Amino acid sequence: MAQGHQSGVGIADPDDDSPNMIVFRKIEDVVSRLQDEKEGGVAIRTVKSFLSKIPSVAAGSDIVQWLMKHLSIEETVEAVHLGSLIAAHGYFFPISDHVLTLKDDGTFYRFQSPYFWPSNCWEPENTDYAIYLCKRTMQNKARLELADYEAENLARLQRAFARKWEFIFMQAEAQVKIDRKKDKVERKILDSQERAFWDVHRPVPGCVNTTDMDIRKCRRERNPQRVKKSVYGVTEESQSQSSQPPSQPCRTSTKEDVRKEISFLNTQLDRHCMKMSKVAESLIGYTEQFMEYDPFVTPTEPSNPWISDDTTFWDIEARDPHQHRVKRWSFSLEEALKDPAGRDQFLKFLESEFSSENLRFWLAVQDLKRRPQQDVCVRAQEIWQEFLAEGAPSSINLDSHSYERTSHNIKDPGRYSFEDAQEHIFQLMKSDSYSRFLRSSTYQDLLLARKKGKSLTGKRLTGLMQSS
Amino acid sequence: MGEMEQLRKEAESLKDQIIVARKGFADTTLQEAVAGTAVVSRVQLKTRKTLRGHLAKIYAMHWGAGLTQCVSASQDGKLIVWDTLSTNKVNAIPLKSSWVMTCAYAPSGNLVACGGLDNMCSIYNLKGKDGNVKVMRELASHTGYLSCCRFVSDSEIITSSGDCTCILWDIETGTEKTIFAGHLGDCMSLGVAPDFKSFISGACDYTAKHWDIRDGNCTHTLSGHESDVNAIGFFPNGNGILTGSDDATCKLYDLRSDQELITYQDATIMCGVTSLAPSLSGRLLLAGYDDFNVNIWDALKAERVGVLAGHDNRVSCIGVSSDGMACCTGSWDSFLKIWN
Repeated sequence: MAQGHQSGVGIADPDDDSPNMIVFRKIEDVVSRLQDEKEGGVAIRTVKSFLSKIPSVAAGSDIVQWLMKHLSIEETVEAVHLGSLIAAHGYFFPISDHVLTLKDDGTFYRFQSPYFWPSNCWEPENTDYAIYLCKRTMQNKARLELADYEAENLARLQRAFARKWEFIFMQAEAQVKIDRKKDKVERKILDSQERAFWDVHRPVPGCVNTTDMDIRKCRRERNPQRVKKSVYGVTEESQSQSSQPPSQPCRTSTKEDVRKEISFLNTQLDRHCMKMSKVAESLIGYTEQFMEYDPFVTPTEPSNPWISDDTTFWDIEARDPHQHRVKRWSFSLEEALKDPAGRDQFLKFLESEFSSENLRFWLAVQDLKRRPQQDVCVRAQEIWQEFLAEGAPSSINLDSHSYERTSHNIKDPGRYSFEDAQEHIFQLMKSDSYSRFLRSSTYQDLLLARKKGKSLTGKRLTGLMQSS
Repeated sequence: MGEMEQLRKEAESLKDQIIVARKGFADTTLQEAVAGTAVVSRVQLKTRKTLRGHLAKIYAMHWGAGLTQCVSASQDGKLIVWDTLSTNKVNAIPLKSSWVMTCAYAPSGNLVACGGLDNMCSIYNLKGKDGNVKVMRELASHTGYLSCCRFVSDSEIITSSGDCTCILWDIETGTEKTIFAGHLGDCMSLGVAPDFKSFISGACDYTAKHWDIRDGNCTHTLSGHESDVNAIGFFPNGNGILTGSDDATCKLYDLRSDQELITYQDATIMCGVTSLAPSLSGRLLLAGYDDFNVNIWDALKAERVGVLAGHDNRVSCIGVSSDGMACCTGSWDSFLKIWN
């Protein structure tokens, strides 16, 4: 299981191995190194601007360079993408923009305070947001002026919280008082960090909300009793109650469970495994064989219908299987039967040899397995009559063992009554008629794209020459 | 108390024995075996079509067995069947519950299915007599959300659920035929074998399981991931299993050697894998991540050979068409994109 370590300020629940926490820990590791000037972190300095100073910032291009160097990223695009991901979660932010992305230029970025890190499981309520917007309007600073969307949000919240607006106003005033006591430079930094926090939890319309959780995951709340903490230390009755339904407790194993596990483990132990080298060989062989058929690896010759809007490529294929496709039928009997054209050709060949009952039986059983439950019984009996019963019109050759089992199965006809028989017949076709099919003149003609209409003798001669 | 202790000890000892036995079969690693093979050249796929029409997060998509049609499900409460060539909507099916999490297209092309927080799998008939698409069946018995569903045929469908089980249903009668229980966490996704005789499931207990459809038994349990297994799929040869997890890695396992072959990971990939699909030959693995990108891996060499960057939010689903000619991605940004 994942190794956890405490992130930033020790508010995080160390047992929380939720998917998000795994990502946050990785990001926080990078962010800590980014800020560590002693260990080669990015240069964070105060920049002079106009009449004032901008404390504690780093340039976007510096961050991009650092990421490329320390995470061995070769392409700038990749570093910008990763940086934007980290910014989107609010770990660093542009000082003069609400939109949280990383730009590879001189734009200035500031690092977020660990207090506001997402790993602290913030789920700020609207009351907190209202207090925040309210206090912004109380301060006469140009840089704290509300953006349009924030003004709209404030108006909406005022309507929603009409009854307790006095309370919110008072809280906002209290916050302003606390803020005023702080040092000017410190306040600049804290204000920007607070704003970045809200940019994550109440993003600019049109921006991705990174706090959006997959509904399948958020229902597995591990600590349903966790109290949602307020950013401004506001305690309310509504906030101390968890709104999530209690999670299903993990079922503890019973003796029966462990017994089942032991039986399963025994099967595993007894199972004959293939050696890695053989598995690797088979995998490599398979991919090599099919790579020329893989349009993502080997570009297809005729046009790509999604570019040209031209489907003639497929129409031609349907009528006249291309050599390329015919070749695939020789890979295995499975491949030949997968392709409807291959299936047809093989059937025709068997008919010419008067031995098509095997394939027809195999196809009938495949079809049986897809039938609706109510048709299965009748169809199974029809198959028995056609292929296996005494004096059957298309009698197939089964070994006595399979025949016995099948005649036993057919007493209670079901979808899988013919499994043994089907497997036996498949192996029979594979070892006998399939190899003859591949050597046949019909197949060879298609494979070598020889034109039809030659004289019969001519075909036979060439067929003979090919197989010798 | 004593018996429980004994049983536990027995289980632990068996596990140790299995580890030793596995080592005996590990005469090499996949990495060593492919040391001589060259990495495939850089894969550059472009967006050829963007399918617009959904109004909220897309949670799932599935290609039909034909060459150009696919179905997608979104939290705007719609199931849309697309002709990806023309980008036209063949069907736009309104759902009773908008909290849909999965959708599937039957191989025959006659049916589609979906489900989600309603704990049910709803089957729709696309080829109804009067042309209207109606609910044909509602398969209800799961006690948790429906995370994934896949048709075995027009008569049978397999579902996976947040209640930790998978179920094989008979569609005609709407009844459960087999319940596959064993996972210790929410089942997140499933995949049916190319021969339709077995299926695999990935769950929040960090494991993947391989099941025999006919006898209902779990034949293999594959572990190694450090977090939820969100995505799963068969390698095209039917013996390999690909998984994608919240631990930001994908893995390839093989049923014949009953162990992990290789892990696809990179220090710069921090976000979880949401979905995956192998290319036709299996040489390429396309995986969608929470960081809005799709990464393309050389499946044998475990090196990244391409990136599909075009979505503005998480990539939630991905699929490769039946002849391998196109890849479709769906995202929380409400768009589907066709790449090749």
